[in-house]
Amino acid sequence: MSRGFPVVARETLANAQLRRNLGKATATIRAKRLRAIGELPDWEALRDAGAAIKARAMATLPEQLERLETSVTAHGGVVHWARDGAEANAIVASVARSHGASEVVKVKSIATDEIGLNDALAAQGISAIETDLAELILQLSHDKTSHILVPAIHRNRLEIKALFERTITDRELSMDAADITEAAREHLRAKFLSVPMAVSGANFGVAETGTVAVVESEGNGRMCTTLPQVLVTVMGIEKVLPEWRDLEVFLQLLPRSSTAERMNPYTSLWTGVRPGDGPQEFHLVLLDGGRTQVLADEVGRQALHCIRCSACLNVCPVYSRVGGQAYESVYPGPIGAVLSPQLFGLDEHPTLPWASSLCGACYDACPVKIEIPSLLVHLRGRVIREEKSKLSPEALAMKAVAGVFGSRSRYERAQKLARLGRGPLAKAALPGWTAMRELPQPPRETFRDWWRHRGASAPGAGE
Amino acid sequence: MSARAEVLDRIRRALGPGVAVPEIPREYRQAGEVGGDVVALFCSRAAEYKATVRRVSADELPGVVRELCRGKRIAVPPGGPDVLSGVEVVVDDPPLSPQALDQLDGVLTGCALAIAETGTIVLDAGQRSGRRALTLVPDWHICIVEADTIVAGVPDAVAALAEVAAEGRPIVLVSGPSATSDIELDRVEGVHGPRNLDILVVT
Repeated sequence: MSRGFPVVARETLANAQLRRNLGKATATIRAKRLRAIGELPDWEALRDAGAAIKARAMATLPEQLERLETSVTAHGGVVHWARDGAEANAIVASVARSHGASEVVKVKSIATDEIGLNDALAAQGISAIETDLAELILQLSHDKTSHILVPAIHRNRLEIKALFERTITDRELSMDAADITEAAREHLRAKFLSVPMAVSGANFGVAETGTVAVVESEGNGRMCTTLPQVLVTVMGIEKVLPEWRDLEVFLQLLPRSSTAERMNPYTSLWTGVRPGDGPQEFHLVLLDGGRTQVLADEVGRQALHCIRCSACLNVCPVYSRVGGQAYESVYPGPIGAVLSPQLFGLDEHPTLPWASSLCGACYDACPVKIEIPSLLVHLRGRVIREEKSKLSPEALAMKAVAGVFGSRSRYERAQKLARLGRGPLAKAALPGWTAMRELPQPPRETFRDWWRHRGASAPGAGE
Repeated sequence: MSARAEVLDRIRRALGPGVAVPEIPREYRQAGEVGGDVVALFCSRAAEYKATVRRVSADELPGVVRELCRGKRIAVPPGGPDVLSGVEVVVDDPPLSPQALDQLDGVLTGCALAIAETGTIVLDAGQRSGRRALTLVPDWHICIVEADTIVAGVPDAVAALAEVAAEGRPIVLVSGPSATSDIELDRVEGVHGPRNLDILVVT
């Protein structure tokens, strides 16, 4: 079980460097995003279409996945199905073994982080090399992600320079971001040119045509999906889009919401195997891994519409102060607060639905209009109902309160007691609550008392 | 039960009977609905990504290419742009190895089409674009864009590429040189993809 958001957030809030980096980064990208979406006169119509396409894809999911399988297979790809992460990891490992690959290059993929693919491969003697700059930084320093889009947003350049000098380069680097980046380029280019197999995630998989899409900036995605002889893509089943045409919506929504650009530098779209061009063996692993469990909740299933843009993180007053690691999941921020408890279990993340002020900024920013605040409230209800069924102290207290509120005489007696007993008595009864808050002062006369005696008091009191 | 059958069964059970299938409201700007000076828009948008954009006439093109590529070793796709007199070209036929591509100074190709609103060039693995590795490994990409292939927006491009996608040909959308902002959100142009992108718009 996780340590809980309140505990970890208290620690991350004390990290001044983190707060400075995050504050600067999220403020910059918020302003940029508003410019990028303000430019499109039809932004709201695109959001409506995006939300509907996702809802349609989920409602017709069996059909869409079967179509996707048929089209990928028709173009020479191999489609695998995985009930859970372990099964997906085993498929990737067996493909690697069948090619004698001791190293694989990887495109940034949260789905593979979610299932712990790198560790699973390492257990079989296969090392997975992260090729996205931020993922490489995390991998080399054994660190965890703090942002969907910029996973190393909590690390500053001095730390990264020192890390690279220690691990991947013999030369001394300057403080220039370009020079530090150059070191990663040199290190990884040798890998791209020689490693026989790559693993990627997928931003979209188009059922109609069998096209898989990877949206990226650095070119590591193109390298991985082009140069190795074998490519394995791990795709969550919720990433399927029914029609080719649907891409015209998402290729507008995603870049403007995530990096706040009109278009990201590179989008790779491929279908199965293309003779003489790119990998000559392609495997697509369709991963459930808890997604069907999310789908079973009629309200909560909306979280599966997420396209991992991270706009909700950047606008969130909670995220931008506590940072991603406080969420203890590969999915941080508002979307993480609704996705992680559903995907990995309410028991695992019972505090995340409260990691929000319910201000609604996340909903306004979401390109597919996921009603994150409503989902948070819904999940709070689910957590409470589950706790209630377990007769926790809080549930017992609530039961007692319900008993008091259920009868007039009991309620009135309780009000009298409250007036008398406020102070030491109440503080003893509610130690956790009164540690951080003042108890409200009960009125000298309750409404009920006043109503009963109104005829006897001053003129006008009864009006 | 196979994993396939089980996952599909779990999905059907999760959805339950009679789940509502919404219609898609497509009130956004459709292919063919946006006009204007797409050539000028494309040039200014592509230039904003730190690509070098030049507008040239068909007559000027060979001279401009010669000037750009003088003294350089430049790869071209087989049957690619025919504007290379006076330039040392290496034709990708038989296909060059990634190591050989890595030794070249650059690559010169055409493209399938370009998108004005986003400043994007679209490579479709056809004769003009060449295979994917060709425009990826060399550090410099010179791309010739015929003005009449520039479309207004993303929906126009997606519609125009429907056939290519149905055939199963790979497509790459390129919007400026490769970039990263992973170090303190400081944008660095040029990571793994070509660090320099020259676009020649032929009008």
